[in-house]
Amino acid sequence: MEFLTVALPALNEAFALILTPTAIGYLILGVVLGLSVGVFPGLGGIAGLSLVLPFIYGMDPISGLSMMVGLVAVIPTSDTFASVLLGIPGSSASQATVLDGFPLSKQGQAARALAAAFVSSLFGGLFGAVVLTFFILIARPLVLAFGVPQLLLLTILGFSMVGVLAGRVLLKGLVTAGLGMMVGAIGEAPAQGSSRMDFGSWYLQDGFSLVIVGLGIFAIPEIISLLRQDRAISGEAKLGAGWLDGIRDWFANIWLSIRCAVIGVVVGVIPGLGGSVVDWIAYGHTMQTTRDRSKFGKGEIRGVIGPESSNNAKEGGGLVPTLLFGIPGSGSMAVFIGGMILLGYEAGPQMIRNDLPVTYTIVWSLALANVVGAGLCIFLSPGIARLTTIRFVLLVPFLFMMISFAAFQSKQTLWDLAALVGIGMLGIFLRRFDWPRPAFLIGFVLASQAEVYTYQATQIAMSRFNRGFGDGLSYLFSPMSIILIVVIVVSIWLGARQSKALQPRDTAENTGGKRAPVIFTLAVAAFLAVALIDALSVSVMIDKVFPVTVAGLSLIGALILLVQMRRSPESSPLFADGEHTGEDASAPIGLWPTLFWFISLLVLTALFGFVIALGVFFVAFLTLRGRENWPRTAILTAAGVGFVLVMAYLLNRDFPPGLLQEFVELPWPFGGI
Amino acid sequence: MSNLQRVTRRAALGLAAGAAMVLAAPAWAQVSFEGETIEWIIPFSEGGGSDKWARFYAPLLAEALPGNPTVVVKNMPGAGSTKGANFFASRAKPDGLTILGTSGSTQFPYLLGDPRVKFDYADWNVVLASATGGVAYLPKDLAAEWAKDPQAVIDNTDFIYGSQGATRLDLVPLLAWEMLGMRVDPVFGIKGRGDGRLMFERGEANIDYQTSSAFLSKVMPLVEQGDAVPIMTWGALDDDGNIVRDPTFPDVPTFKEVYTQVKGEEPSGPAWDAWKAFFIAGFPAQKMVFLPNGTPDEIVDTYSAAFKAVTERPDFAEISVKRLGVYPQSTGAAAEKRLQLGTVVDPEATDWIKNWLKERYGVELG
Repeated sequence: MEFLTVALPALNEAFALILTPTAIGYLILGVVLGLSVGVFPGLGGIAGLSLVLPFIYGMDPISGLSMMVGLVAVIPTSDTFASVLLGIPGSSASQATVLDGFPLSKQGQAARALAAAFVSSLFGGLFGAVVLTFFILIARPLVLAFGVPQLLLLTILGFSMVGVLAGRVLLKGLVTAGLGMMVGAIGEAPAQGSSRMDFGSWYLQDGFSLVIVGLGIFAIPEIISLLRQDRAISGEAKLGAGWLDGIRDWFANIWLSIRCAVIGVVVGVIPGLGGSVVDWIAYGHTMQTTRDRSKFGKGEIRGVIGPESSNNAKEGGGLVPTLLFGIPGSGSMAVFIGGMILLGYEAGPQMIRNDLPVTYTIVWSLALANVVGAGLCIFLSPGIARLTTIRFVLLVPFLFMMISFAAFQSKQTLWDLAALVGIGMLGIFLRRFDWPRPAFLIGFVLASQAEVYTYQATQIAMSRFNRGFGDGLSYLFSPMSIILIVVIVVSIWLGARQSKALQPRDTAENTGGKRAPVIFTLAVAAFLAVALIDALSVSVMIDKVFPVTVAGLSLIGALILLVQMRRSPESSPLFADGEHTGEDASAPIGLWPTLFWFISLLVLTALFGFVIALGVFFVAFLTLRGRENWPRTAILTAAGVGFVLVMAYLLNRDFPPGLLQEFVELPWPFGGI
Repeated sequence: MSNLQRVTRRAALGLAAGAAMVLAAPAWAQVSFEGETIEWIIPFSEGGGSDKWARFYAPLLAEALPGNPTVVVKNMPGAGSTKGANFFASRAKPDGLTILGTSGSTQFPYLLGDPRVKFDYADWNVVLASATGGVAYLPKDLAAEWAKDPQAVIDNTDFIYGSQGATRLDLVPLLAWEMLGMRVDPVFGIKGRGDGRLMFERGEANIDYQTSSAFLSKVMPLVEQGDAVPIMTWGALDDDGNIVRDPTFPDVPTFKEVYTQVKGEEPSGPAWDAWKAFFIAGFPAQKMVFLPNGTPDEIVDTYSAAFKAVTERPDFAEISVKRLGVYPQSTGAAAEKRLQLGTVVDPEATDWIKNWLKERYGVELG
């Protein structure tokens, strides 16, 4: 028993290292720092770690590791606040949480949703640590069993979730996923670097970042919609069901939580898949295994428990490639490796062999940090949940400030804000015409992986087939491949099994005529046609095949939709239009006047730079739109602007400059970069 | 400071420098960065080789600069590192508070005439040049055959290599192997050399290369287990510009030696000239630190002295060997020489490479 002879003494030593007042002190410090950074959308582990890295050099290794682990571990826990309370995906790990978490907030059940999410996170984190303790000793051969064909199959598994998330019209879901893939294909091709659909702009050359797409697709449509309602987030005046109910909800769904934690660990362990899809796989799985799917998207607590159980477990799983192979599974893990080097530890195979106690220290610090972090969050959640009872108009300037600042972290130019507005508009229309936004996001996230793995698997397999037919076959259909194929088939079957029983996502039957939905479908088809023409003009073959195929198939799908639209009556779900049914129809304020405010922030920033624009925006919005009196406006403006300044100062960030800064040199923070 | 009276190196820039000195007036008499924050722009994302290199130096530099400023690494990735370099070229003030770290991946687009490049290395002041090397390795069974008869392996093996793209640093190994007559199929689309190594470990790729520091920390354990065997390095550059054995791997032959052994003659001709030019640009002058155009000499000299002090620390060898390998960390005139080697390439070599990239991989730049 290798475990008994190797792991137990090391584990013993690790606990002796962690359970000292200093180590625990630094761990808690890390957790608190991570919480403070993580609650802000778009700022995650990278920003937090950059904050502490300058102090890491020269620290006692165990204290330094505890602090860094504490910081990283709570990010997927703390980002839940924004996802559930405000409908803003705090990070890519909690995008799926928005789908049901935010509707629960709107129903006045924020505390319940948060508590369920945090307990799930806690459980996922602990589960991950326990699995890792045993697994890390034997993980190496298993991780190496995931070659390119197996990674491709995992990507396909991710895509199979589109079927479940597609909503009422499957074809619409497929076209939306294709649309997401083509937006994901913008920029340098992953294989040979050909330019695709960048129209000569360097901004597009790097493609859109996931943060901006996540905010644009999910946050902006919700914020705009709520602003049109002109009320608090929570429809109820009281907070409704309390946090104890959330914990009970979790316990009632403990098996779901365990299954999703397993999904999280497995996806995290495999390098190359990226964590941004794990919450969607978990969400899809949750839908597949729920008998009555009618409540998904409208406040189904299982839709919160599933993704949240998986995203913390993923962090634990992600330590395996990071520590075992020195390959970071995410940006924050990359910085984490950098911090480890400052402390004298180099991640890699020798780490497990020579420094097993330190490895276990990291694993169990992660578990401990999860307990402390989730505990703190549960403690704070009843208070923070009160945010949902505030008049929404007062929150809006803060939200616009936060998402703009978050988007700006992507490439630090004004174009980040323009991209946010552009993708936000797309998000608004997808929402309005009931095109499934999760499908778009899955397509976007998986586009480059699908492309690269398809191409790589083909190329390696051809070389193997040259060597011998059996060689090629055994490469493609390894035992691991066969397991994955079975999982995919089961997943699709589970999705299809209940699709007939699927209730309409919106209770809304019809409709406001055919015109608007048809115009939007035409616009999608036009974009796909442009994408297809652009892809055909790429000269390097390997950068061409994938976008031509995806754009071509999606375009055919869009054309079929148009034909169906021509033949169907107005009452068909094809013509779903949120402006005529559902809550937006009754909104007292129109879409464009509301969107105008957000665009005005962009225009002001383009003219005067972000900080000045923000001040003007706060005052104008609160007085004109919010009808607040001057003293309150002044206090709120000072609070908002002051806050973002402190954050930027601490994190050493600059702000988007405008036209003014072209002519006049201004000191920080007005100057920007 | 003994070199305060040093002659201005670029008389043509005197005017600009003069203007800059007015801006930098408080720091003029005696350069001190007390209470200042120095931003070190790294045009790559967190966790990559250049990021690690900068984060290694940052605290040491802060200690060595007068006034002990705070040195923060600012990652500004984008457009294959040209975005950060363009930004530095157009916006950084010559006050010594913004410095840039570049890598071979910044040099190659510059040398190959990538239209995105809006900067010129000749404008900047180099204050540190870090060399590195590269090592190619094979799985054990192939390596055993290679040890017996490399020609047989070359003739009978279809190699698969995980590559980041033919226009990147990978062009050095790809061209070297092609010159040896090896049939190497690059599988493009990996995101970093770490992914290439993983592909090798999974048995999907059967040849790989890593830069020295990554080889030391990540491949050495495989070598110790007998799973991987180094077969050649790209070599190092001696003071006269000759390719010699890599000091970090003195027992491993260079590509030049392997070529001579296999082909029976020393490499020569346009392919060799082109390879050598891009090898030098990519490895012996791989990572450099720059101050912007028009920085006053006092500030440049202060930085040069600070980096010199860092590299001459008694414990430098000990703290750097694991993270940088045993390579020259040049300052002052030596750094300038490396800069010349790394960024001034015979146009014929550039044309040859461009043509090769187009014919072999269908890649057209610009």
